[in-house]
Amino acid sequence: MSNIKDSQGDVWEVFVQSKPGLPHKHAGSVHATDKEMALQNARDMYTRRNEGTCIWVVPLDAIVSSLPEDSGSFFDPSDDKAYRHPTHYVMPDGAKHI
Amino acid sequence: MTTKEALINYCLRIGDTSLILGQRMSEWCSNGPVLEEDIAMTNIALDHIGQARTMLTYAGVLEGKGRTEDDFAYKRNEREFYNSLLSERPNGHFGDTVVRNFLQSAYFYHLYTALSSSKDELIAAHAAKSLKEVTYHLRHSAEWIVRLGDGTDESKNKVQTSINEIWEYTGNLFEMNDVDTLLIKEGIAINQTEIKSKWDKTVDEVLERAKLIRPTDAYMQTGSLKGMHSEYLGHLIAEMQFLPRAYPDAKW
Repeated sequence: MSNIKDSQGDVWEVFVQSKPGLPHKHAGSVHATDKEMALQNARDMYTRRNEGTCIWVVPLDAIVSSLPEDSGSFFDPSDDKAYRHPTHYVMPDGAKHI
Repeated sequence: MTTKEALINYCLRIGDTSLILGQRMSEWCSNGPVLEEDIAMTNIALDHIGQARTMLTYAGVLEGKGRTEDDFAYKRNEREFYNSLLSERPNGHFGDTVVRNFLQSAYFYHLYTALSSSKDELIAAHAAKSLKEVTYHLRHSAEWIVRLGDGTDESKNKVQTSINEIWEYTGNLFEMNDVDTLLIKEGIAINQTEIKSKWDKTVDEVLERAKLIRPTDAYMQTGSLKGMHSEYLGHLIAEMQFLPRAYPDAKW
């Protein structure tokens, strides 16, 4: 993600859902001057090869990101807490997308 | 004229229009105003080429002389093409391209909607499949018309000029001859006057949203049903056919 403004419109982050029920995953970004154009550009850029069933486009400004300098306090404390992983459960055979 | 002969000609009209417009759109590849539009226009080019393949292949099957889609695309001369005069208009600036595509896509949209219930099964299947693609082409071009028309003074003037200058090529879309008469009777083709009224409505709606003025119908260019074209088609074909004509059996 970049905050550099240029003549190609604002930057929109693109999230593509590959199948109904699955989460939307970040695919990349596009330039566009408004919502409809952002959606069309995202469709043209990121779903040309049958990748998607739904697209979200989000203005870059609307995304709040954690900062690299916070990564120690944010993420390291979960390093040694194996009990937070549900690895002791037996998954039923039919369960999908877990 | 037999029904089969009429149908071959009908397939060439549709297939040639797709082929020529696809070739035109491919000229934008690497020249788009922004990366996103470059890819969008190349996608649209490929959609049109795909649509052309089905129609030209079918023309060859109907003819029964072993001609393939490539034979039709690469081994015919200018006077043997039946594409719309609109489809061969040069790309010009981005606004010119958007206007040409919009007017042609609105036509395809209503044509394929109607042909989805054609009595010819292949035509009906082709129409139903292509309709999804041209629905997007129409949306893409219409949204640009609205943004250019209702944009800055400069974009508005440019796109209004594009519409005014290309308008005389729109009448040709709805021309009919004895091919149509025969195929309409068989339930295969659609009466172009029906498409015209729907096309008028779509065009009016988008131009109104775009705050642009629809030109009044005056002299309309004609000729494509007889294989008569503007001077631009020969140049386009020369580029499109260069490789297969220079290296007839090239494979890649």
